[in-house]
Amino acid sequence: MAVITMREALNQALREELQRDDKVFLMGEEVAAYQGAYKVTKGLLEEFGEKRVLDTPITELGFAGLGVGAAMVGLRPIVEFMTFNFSILATDQIINSAAKMLYMSGGQYKIPIVFRGPGGSAFQVSSQHSQALESWFAYFPGLKVVMPSSPADAKGLLKSSIRDDDPVIFIEQERMYGNKGEVPDDEDFTIPLGVAEVKREGTDATIVARSLMVPVALKAAEQLEKSGVSCEVIDPRTIRPLDINAIVKSVKKTNRLVVAEESHPFCGVGAEISTQVMERAFDFLDAPVKRVSGADVPMPYAKNLEELAIPTVDQIVAAVREVSYID
Amino acid sequence: MSKQQTSEFATKSEKSSTGVMDPDSVDLQDLSTMARDHQEVKEQQKSRLSEFDLETLLDLYHQMLLIRRFEEKSAEAYSMGKIGGFCHLYIGQEAVGVGAISAIRKDDYVLTSYREHGQAIAKGMSPESIMAELFGKAGGCSRGKGGSMHMFDTSVNFLGGHAIVGGQIPLATGVAFATKYLGTDQVTLCFFGEAAVNQGAFHESLNLAQLWKVPCIYICENNQYGMGTSVQRAMSFHEISQKACAYELASEFVDGMDVLAVREATQRAVERARKDYLPTLLEVRTYRFMGHSMSDPGNYRTRAEIEKYQERDPIKLFAASLREEGVVDENTFQEIEARVKDEVERAVRFAEESPAPDAEELYTDVYANPIEPKS
Repeated sequence: MAVITMREALNQALREELQRDDKVFLMGEEVAAYQGAYKVTKGLLEEFGEKRVLDTPITELGFAGLGVGAAMVGLRPIVEFMTFNFSILATDQIINSAAKMLYMSGGQYKIPIVFRGPGGSAFQVSSQHSQALESWFAYFPGLKVVMPSSPADAKGLLKSSIRDDDPVIFIEQERMYGNKGEVPDDEDFTIPLGVAEVKREGTDATIVARSLMVPVALKAAEQLEKSGVSCEVIDPRTIRPLDINAIVKSVKKTNRLVVAEESHPFCGVGAEISTQVMERAFDFLDAPVKRVSGADVPMPYAKNLEELAIPTVDQIVAAVREVSYID
Repeated sequence: MSKQQTSEFATKSEKSSTGVMDPDSVDLQDLSTMARDHQEVKEQQKSRLSEFDLETLLDLYHQMLLIRRFEEKSAEAYSMGKIGGFCHLYIGQEAVGVGAISAIRKDDYVLTSYREHGQAIAKGMSPESIMAELFGKAGGCSRGKGGSMHMFDTSVNFLGGHAIVGGQIPLATGVAFATKYLGTDQVTLCFFGEAAVNQGAFHESLNLAQLWKVPCIYICENNQYGMGTSVQRAMSFHEISQKACAYELASEFVDGMDVLAVREATQRAVERARKDYLPTLLEVRTYRFMGHSMSDPGNYRTRAEIEKYQERDPIKLFAASLREEGVVDENTFQEIEARVKDEVERAVRFAEESPAPDAEELYTDVYANPIEPKS
């Protein structure tokens, strides 16, 4: 097993899928000659050429729609949004075209497209560049939403997303691009969509975390272990379709649930998980579900304020203690 | 386009048949210009008829008439409650869809807006599958899940049917991108109204199309009204074909009431696309005789204006040309009328007899690869 960064893992996934299938192509702002704004697409232009790795103008609605149209007639586009904040410009094509085409055509036109890029907070990039939009996209039947938290997950899930015949919203995290982890050497290593992973086994409380919050939750779990509280940390990995059964299975064991997310709480994924667990495992809960979410404000610029806006290890520890009625 | 304020037929005080007249609306052309254009167009059409074989001419006429009668029948069915939601009719614009699509191959692609029944028929979709879709039945082309605005048919390469104004324009650009990528010489026609030209998606698409050289033909059906808003009230600069120069993209202005002119302009654009992968913008001037949709009372146009344009009815014009040149006799016209009547009646019968979709259809085709929850 190699130990590589998330950036490298994503790069490998893209390279392998471009090699595997001629119909796959990649486009986005600065993905080609610039080697990628975050270097995720480094070297791909050199290897695959201008036909398959395309620099777009700043024209999100246009290139997203172009991708959907190309997918209608047999291509498999990977559309990069430099950050998911810019995907907002493309939402008409993602939601009204990509998500609905198969259904409204009575099953005739599928859209095997991946929209990928970093979402959520970065470092002091302020309100318009720091949004976590997964619950927005997860709202729409017809879309799939995937969020990896490790290099192995990133590689395996991106390969599966590219091979999937539906529109996939693949949300990475800029703060995690440099994180290292073990990735299987197998060339055909994929991770199925819709399957959660238990990142750490435990018995006293379940923490569901995604993306940026997974390492934070794991640190919280380590800390809690020291005071005798054993936490099970679950990463759904795919937000839609959600592997609720894995979460419910854990809650039936631990009877307590904390959801950690950097997104806003209102109408967030945590709210959805909380409701679904209540619907399916109410009698197994010994305490209400507790969400630890990002502050319900636009992201501020000042370093100290930004730190206050993103959930910390201490906040997750406190939440677990709260649902455990310790203190 | 002349902006003359008065004519014998429309003054500011004249009301439309439904009452209110838009005080800002300007009579689009004065009477004598319209009459002269009509004569001129007809003479031009007649002089060109010998370039076509009879079969082609009859086919063009038949298709336009079929669309007309189909749309009239749809209006009737809508008024009887058999068609729900929105129903946007193509009456008056038949020459655009028929003329343009007659210039492409079966393996070429067509995308259009919600005013799509005409193009769907011209592309080769069966009137049965279209009427059944309008009636919301399982036998509809989209299995009853799309309706009037979302007709699709992979067997004839008709890619919808899009309800967000201008939404189809980036899609068509992508379809054309894909055929070039795949190395074929297929082309894509993208129909949209003049009001869509104000959407950002139009500008983004034309820029990409010319920059990347994609074989897409953008056909702007300028029927001069975006719902209740005339083009003068919506655009600072009305010469839509000239907007292509902002993208260094080839363009032409075409009389959309002349089916042969539309066909020829499209052929020129198709040639450019097939050989050189170059896109074209065609501004096709046309007119819709009914309202924006079946729900539109049409208070923004005068009765006189509509009637004057009806004198330039593309079907009447073409029939007159064929008749006056002696290319088609009365018997043939009657045969075609009878044939069309039969085709439309069959379509309605099929739609009536088709069952409603099964309840299970509510949940099918949300995903191509549905993921079953793991237990």
